[in-house]
Amino acid sequence: MATLEREIRFESDRDPEFAAQIRRMPGCENLNRCIQCATCSGICPLSTYMDMTPRRVIQLARDGFKADVLNCNTIWLCASCYQCQVECPKEIGITDVMYALKCKAIEAGIKPKQAAPQTLYREFYNLGTKNGRISEGALMVNTVIKTQPARFWSLKMLGLRLLRTGRFGWKIERMPQQSVLKAAIQATPPINGKESS
Amino acid sequence: MKYAYYPGCSLKSSGRAYEESFLAVCKILGLEMEELDNWNCCGATSFMSIEQGPAYTCSVRNLALAEKKNMDLVAPCGGCYGVLLKADHYYADYPAVRNSVDKGLAAEGLQYRRQIQIRHPMELLTHDPGLKAIRSLVKRPLKGLRVASYYGCRFLRPVAPFDDMRHPQTMDSLMKTVGARIADYASRGRCCGGALAGSIPKMAQELTYRLIKDAQKAEADVIVTGCPLCQFNLDAFQDEIIASHPDVKPIPVFFFTQLLGLALGAEPEELGIQRLIVPGIKILQEKGILGDKKADEKKVPVAAGAQNG
Ligand code: SF4
Ligand code: SF4
Repeated sequence: MATLEREIRFESDRDPEFAAQIRRMPGCENLNRCIQCATCSGICPLSTYMDMTPRRVIQLARDGFKADVLNCNTIWLCASCYQCQVECPKEIGITDVMYALKCKAIEAGIKPKQAAPQTLYREFYNLGTKNGRISEGALMVNTVIKTQPARFWSLKMLGLRLLRTGRFGWKIERMPQQSVLKAAIQATPPINGKESS
Repeated sequence: MKYAYYPGCSLKSSGRAYEESFLAVCKILGLEMEELDNWNCCGATSFMSIEQGPAYTCSVRNLALAEKKNMDLVAPCGGCYGVLLKADHYYADYPAVRNSVDKGLAAEGLQYRRQIQIRHPMELLTHDPGLKAIRSLVKRPLKGLRVASYYGCRFLRPVAPFDDMRHPQTMDSLMKTVGARIADYASRGRCCGGALAGSIPKMAQELTYRLIKDAQKAEADVIVTGCPLCQFNLDAFQDEIIASHPDVKPIPVFFFTQLLGLALGAEPEELGIQRLIVPGIKILQEKGILGDKKADEKKVPVAAGAQNG
């Protein structure tokens, strides 16, 4: 049975400063040029799984509907394949807008309903910035345990094969000198689109 | 000529066969790769999704290390290659990026002047030794092997630094040069699902299914790729994909450097061919490219003397 849903957005839901911050992020400067042609939605290989199409995300982001775009699953399903970006007739950096929105969702402490992609990115970021290199074994095991515990055992065959073929190890990979990377990261000012930075 | 080799994390574990085969090919062709000291993870799609300041610093740091040695940087991983290339361009184009990165690098006494090039093996092998030189060194032509070249995203988008975005040819030309036949592969530039394979596997596998299905439609014997994540997604999950889509059959997924190496006379073990999850040896034997082991032992060794060029 079809249910009729009406969603009304109010002027007071808009946050123009939020839209301005997105536009100041690298690659996002053309956001306002969107003509809502939906080429992006049509070409995106994942749009059928998204709760909002990329076109809609672009529209709501540039109008400053912060809560909508930071809570949608679209930004986390985006696989950064750049299909939309290269086909957009207005040369909007759509993939970069998706990246910027992911960062803003993290900044706002939003945990998406479909949490796995964000969890994977966080695990990756923590491992990668701490050790300077990714230990793929640890990354895979941590992510599967945290996000798909039921799948853990069904993956054991693959795990064994990867071990046997030497493609998977328990060794934690590290840069020989991690401290220099840590210092560089600490000395890096944030890029968050806020005017002061 | 010497190059700064940037392996990236995958080439040290799940994509180990790519490192083995790439370095073997370089050795045969006389290209000298010197691994960068103390390189760090490029950040992939993850750093960029969490904190963009550190993301750009981490990427550009590797470029600065190569520049310090005055060498072009070679990044075989498609993911690393795309990320480093983008970081280089954005460093030039966006003052906010430059400001953050410069301050970060200064903490280590590094700076970046954009004086080096970022190279991918596909393009490097095509230009530096060149196709002619490669052809002249072929010892084991890939006769009768029908290859689907899968490019995926990073060599074509957001910019296609060495190819045509919609009709890429580089990998096909390399494969043709060593005697393979090229399948008319419709999915050559589609997305493999990327990191989603690790987070929402069902979705990623729907995308990968399509890639395998199209390769089958094009009657390809094998798929070749130049990215360890593409290779992993296509190779490691075929069991699960076939379980939910019985209309596709297993197909081996090689790194293009493995097939090149084979054609240039290197042995399968040196090229990590035994590391594929969907075994690749059988099709090579069926096509008569590799003899079976016993017959092979009687033959004259082919790899000897291949160290010139
Ligand atoms: S393709 Fe570009 S112009 Fe068209 S709707 Fe998407 S973002 Fe807007
Ligand atoms: S970059 Fe993201 S939004 Fe754009 S087509 Fe690819 S998956 Fe879809």
